[in-house]
Amino acid sequence: MALGETIRNSQIWKSIFRHPMPLDRRNRIVVMLTNFFLHLHPVSIKKQGIALSFTWCMGGVTFFLFLVETVTGVLLMFYYRPTLEWAYNDILALRDVTSLGILRELHRWGAHAMVITTWLHMYRVFLTGSYKPPREFNWVIGVILLLLTLLLSFTGYLLPWDQLAIWAITVGSNMARASPILGYEGPGQQLLTIGGIDMITDGSDARFGLLGARFVGEETLNRFYVLHCIAIPLAVALLLAIHFWRVRKDGGISGPL
Amino acid sequence: MHSNGLFLKDVAGFLGGYYTALAVMNAVAAYILWRRKHQTGWAIVWTAFASALMVLASLAMSGSAAWVPALPQAVRSLVNTLSGPVNYTAGTTALLLILFVFRKFFVQPMVAWTVLNGALVLMGLSMADENFASIVMKPDNVPIVGLVFLLAFFTWVATKQAVVNDERIAQGLPPMEKVNDEKVLVWPDLVYTELICMVGVTAFLLVWAILLQAPLEEPASSVKTPNPSKAPWYFLGLQEMLVYFDPWYAGVALPSMVIFGLMALPYLDFNKKGNGYYSIAERKFSYLTFQFGFLELWITLIILGTFLRGPNWNFFGPFEYWSPYKVEVLNNVDLPQMFWVNLLNRPLPRVAADAPWYAHVGTILLRESPGLLIMAAYMLLLPPLLAVTAFRNYFAKMGFIRYMVMINLMLLMLTLPLKMVLRWTLNLKYLISIPEFSLNF
Ligand code: HEM
Repeated sequence: MALGETIRNSQIWKSIFRHPMPLDRRNRIVVMLTNFFLHLHPVSIKKQGIALSFTWCMGGVTFFLFLVETVTGVLLMFYYRPTLEWAYNDILALRDVTSLGILRELHRWGAHAMVITTWLHMYRVFLTGSYKPPREFNWVIGVILLLLTLLLSFTGYLLPWDQLAIWAITVGSNMARASPILGYEGPGQQLLTIGGIDMITDGSDARFGLLGARFVGEETLNRFYVLHCIAIPLAVALLLAIHFWRVRKDGGISGPL
Repeated sequence: MHSNGLFLKDVAGFLGGYYTALAVMNAVAAYILWRRKHQTGWAIVWTAFASALMVLASLAMSGSAAWVPALPQAVRSLVNTLSGPVNYTAGTTALLLILFVFRKFFVQPMVAWTVLNGALVLMGLSMADENFASIVMKPDNVPIVGLVFLLAFFTWVATKQAVVNDERIAQGLPPMEKVNDEKVLVWPDLVYTELICMVGVTAFLLVWAILLQAPLEEPASSVKTPNPSKAPWYFLGLQEMLVYFDPWYAGVALPSMVIFGLMALPYLDFNKKGNGYYSIAERKFSYLTFQFGFLELWITLIILGTFLRGPNWNFFGPFEYWSPYKVEVLNNVDLPQMFWVNLLNRPLPRVAADAPWYAHVGTILLRESPGLLIMAAYMLLLPPLLAVTAFRNYFAKMGFIRYMVMINLMLLMLTLPLKMVLRWTLNLKYLISIPEFSLNF
């Protein structure tokens, strides 16, 4: 124990942690108030609000999976180049050459799991009626997070650039071609004709905007890569910050009045 | 069809481990029942069941393909012939309804445990079928199996508490969540729970990643279209809707409405009760609407789209070989055809190609008048009609705008099951079909 004491009393340790070990009641309160990561939480909380049978810890698990995806995603970016020449081969090498090659597995199964836990979290929030006032808007933020989670997964699906990838994205993005008014096979696209010139063609419709091309090709790979690795994660991070902040501001985890 | 000894040898090891794991699970349950709950009778039942599972495990691992426990071929064929979109949808709806109506019975731990064991053993027996296994074991499909069991489990967790709360509320007592509202410190109570969750999830993910390799097929080729071509699994409910609707509706309009409807939900549900605790009786309408949309129209359609739709998006029974040559007769008819040609015995209204634009529009309107009238009645007449009948109270409490948003969302959601029924009973293809404007509904 003496060594532990020495470390905990050293100048370095004390400069990092702004509080003593949380062994007694006072310090257990102090740690929550002075630690950057823990200050997201309140100091004390209703027992039922942290009961596993109530929250299933699903929001927390979803958030943790998001962190896992971020870390494994960054590591994957070291090995992966989003070009027609390299994308597939880099993934192949990840499987066959890289040592301890389960990075891709962790990222892919983590992504599937995150979709599932997001649904389960929404399910529990619905079943406990936790979207009711004053938490309406946090539910709305949650729905956007759900949409972004699906889009994260969808954009990532393309990156291995194998048959599974491009055809899943082709099937999925073909829907955009049928958008009312804005898709070139969609109902009413004829309405957007200016001076006899059809404005909505396969080179200008909603699907083109999504894919950056008339079919799933190199432009799409680049576009999805940027969306997947930068744009959507940033949006999710921002919304998560608001989501968590609102949980606190709306009075903590819901419970009967 | 393609079942052979080689496949059974491959799957035998997996099944041996699977039944052993189930046996351990039941043995642990029996131990807990005996030591902690003092329910010796049940403990004996599950010990006996665990022993039976060990017999299954030894049979699976006996080294002889003939011994691997499997469903009799006759049962598999029967299931295959009985399954189809109609029976599947009717069956899942009926199942959910039964679970809901008799929820007090099903939430009892021993009943739920029996159901779980039944499902798991059925799953094991089915895995000995090559066709079943080849679809379920596709790496990207494994999560959906997990999703099904997780959903069932958490629905049980929630319903069990709701049943208790509803009984308490009926007796004038507060819900259990209220009883448990003493305050505890976040460190250590919550922080440690979170830590344990994180370790658990990490361990789970590591095991999953080591056991199951991520799929990587041939390099992308824009000329070789796989059959079937499927979207990622979480969109397969939408892809399944393409059977009944055109992409503009199934792939764009309806999903947008789902997102919008979810966002609108807290503003439409004016019921103040059931806030912050599990309850069904206090919020039956919103509960049933949500469960129908989520479990029946979203989850079961994903399962259908993933496991039962094969080449050419044809329907295949769970034990059926996915033959790309299976042909399904499509004799679906549009409503104008039914009305003008079949019913009135006259040709569809037509107009000369060089007629002025309003003649074209007029002809289209005339030709499509049956469908347009039905849709007008559905979307324009039903809302006010319901406002003075079935939804009179809702209308009074919600006010005009909120009521209209709610009722329109409901009607849009119901277009899907209604269209399914029309397809199955009348072979109806489109209610409205205006190819001139790519507008089919
Ligand atoms: C990326 C996805 C999401 C993450 C990481 C996340 C995270 C969290 C966490 C950690 C909590 C605290 C309580 C708990 O764990 O249950 C929470 C609460 C909440 N979430 Fe989410 N969430 C996500 C998506 C959603 C979705 C899809 C919805 C609903 C459509 C939603 C609605 C809510 C609401 C209303 C609360 C407050 C619940 C209460 O006070 O009982 N969230 N979320």
